[in-house]
Amino acid sequence: MGKENGKVVVLDFWASPYGMRTKIALREKGVEFEVQQEDLWNKSELLLKSNPVHKKVPVLIHGDIPISESLVQVQYIDETWTDAASFLPSDPQSRATARFWADFADKTISFEGGKNIWGNKKGEEQEKGKKEFLESLKVLEAELGDKTYFGGETFGYVDITLVPFYSWFYALEKCGDFSVEAECPKIVAWGKRCVERNSVAASLPESEKVYQQVLKLRQIFGVE
Amino acid sequence: MADEVILLDFWPSPFGVRARIALREKGVEFEYREENLRNKSPLLLQMNPVHKKIPVLIHNGKPVCESMNVVQYIDEAWSDKNPFLPSDPYQRAQARFWVHFIDTKLYEPADKIWSTKGEEQETAKKEYIKALKVLESELGDKPYFGGDNFGFVDIAMTGYYSWFEASEKCGNFSIEPECPTLMASAKRCLQRESVVNSLHDPEEIVAFAFKIRKIYCV
Repeated sequence: MGKENGKVVVLDFWASPYGMRTKIALREKGVEFEVQQEDLWNKSELLLKSNPVHKKVPVLIHGDIPISESLVQVQYIDETWTDAASFLPSDPQSRATARFWADFADKTISFEGGKNIWGNKKGEEQEKGKKEFLESLKVLEAELGDKTYFGGETFGYVDITLVPFYSWFYALEKCGDFSVEAECPKIVAWGKRCVERNSVAASLPESEKVYQQVLKLRQIFGVE
Repeated sequence: MADEVILLDFWPSPFGVRARIALREKGVEFEYREENLRNKSPLLLQMNPVHKKIPVLIHNGKPVCESMNVVQYIDEAWSDKNPFLPSDPYQRAQARFWVHFIDTKLYEPADKIWSTKGEEQETAKKEYIKALKVLESELGDKPYFGGDNFGFVDIAMTGYYSWFEASEKCGNFSIEPECPTLMASAKRCLQRESVVNSLHDPEEIVAFAFKIRKIYCV
């Protein structure tokens, strides 16, 4: 348990921002892993058995032990593969600050939050969704400031938490008829910097593909 | 240099209580400051500008916010005794998973039990019991979620345990017949010195719950 050796598998869905966090973390640590693509409308026995409580992706399976919840997985990866740089700073105060911002990002920039934009036709509900999304993103932008990454010079826990949603910006912009760059230029610049990292480039799908997926979801949910 | 530890808190808060327990488990001397949530202090607004909520731990002038984040900070800052988290990464992951479950599955139903009535309250009661049963299944035969040791998950749950009686009275139901072993663990936790010293009498919390219920639940 918790040993570095042992096969690593990620039960995933390619468009899931949560799965992207786990893949980025594994790649940052140079860990070899396999991805098992799940059909979320027809979940595998392995997924249902490995995450009986939530039945959701991603699930990280290390050896034969499953771990659920993306941020729990990222912390597990950080604490298991300790040769590579840590995602969190070493002093307790800075760690608490990083955890606070990751928690804020996780709660405010989310799949459900995005759905308030793409899952509604143009109108009051969608405007409300856009407003909440942009308000939260601006708070994050203020925290980022002029730093290279949320962690300063080091790509870390908060960056891993938030950057998957960078691949969803285009889809949200198209559905909501707005520009993230116009509203939060520093966030977009940060996203571009992150995507230059191999771990992020390899883990984020193309924005156009995400947009096509969102259009499919809009059809399924009966949104125009 | 002596440590300066201040806790901005509100006495009935199930989240504030987690921070109090954590500090006492570590034997940390701290200054407790009661906040009036209808008239928040400038210090609270300055130290938690994002959420403006309690608890806020201020350690040598630097704030830590969000209750389980505060608990984890306390564990790391005073790491010489009573670790709240195990050392093995997998077991730590399990503890974090269950704290995430507690904070996402219990919060809304618990809130709705005291603040709503009729069908909405009935639904909330069912959801609350359902989530508690999942937790009870995870607890199994262990005295605490942490095994033999009162740990991270137990601290998280004790916030909710402190409100069990208030929830039962507001919702007119009983948790023990539904979750007997969880209740046994709850009683164990509520008897710990750090917890006893961190909580007001249950009757006071019940009275508080009914007072705010009158405001929210017309």
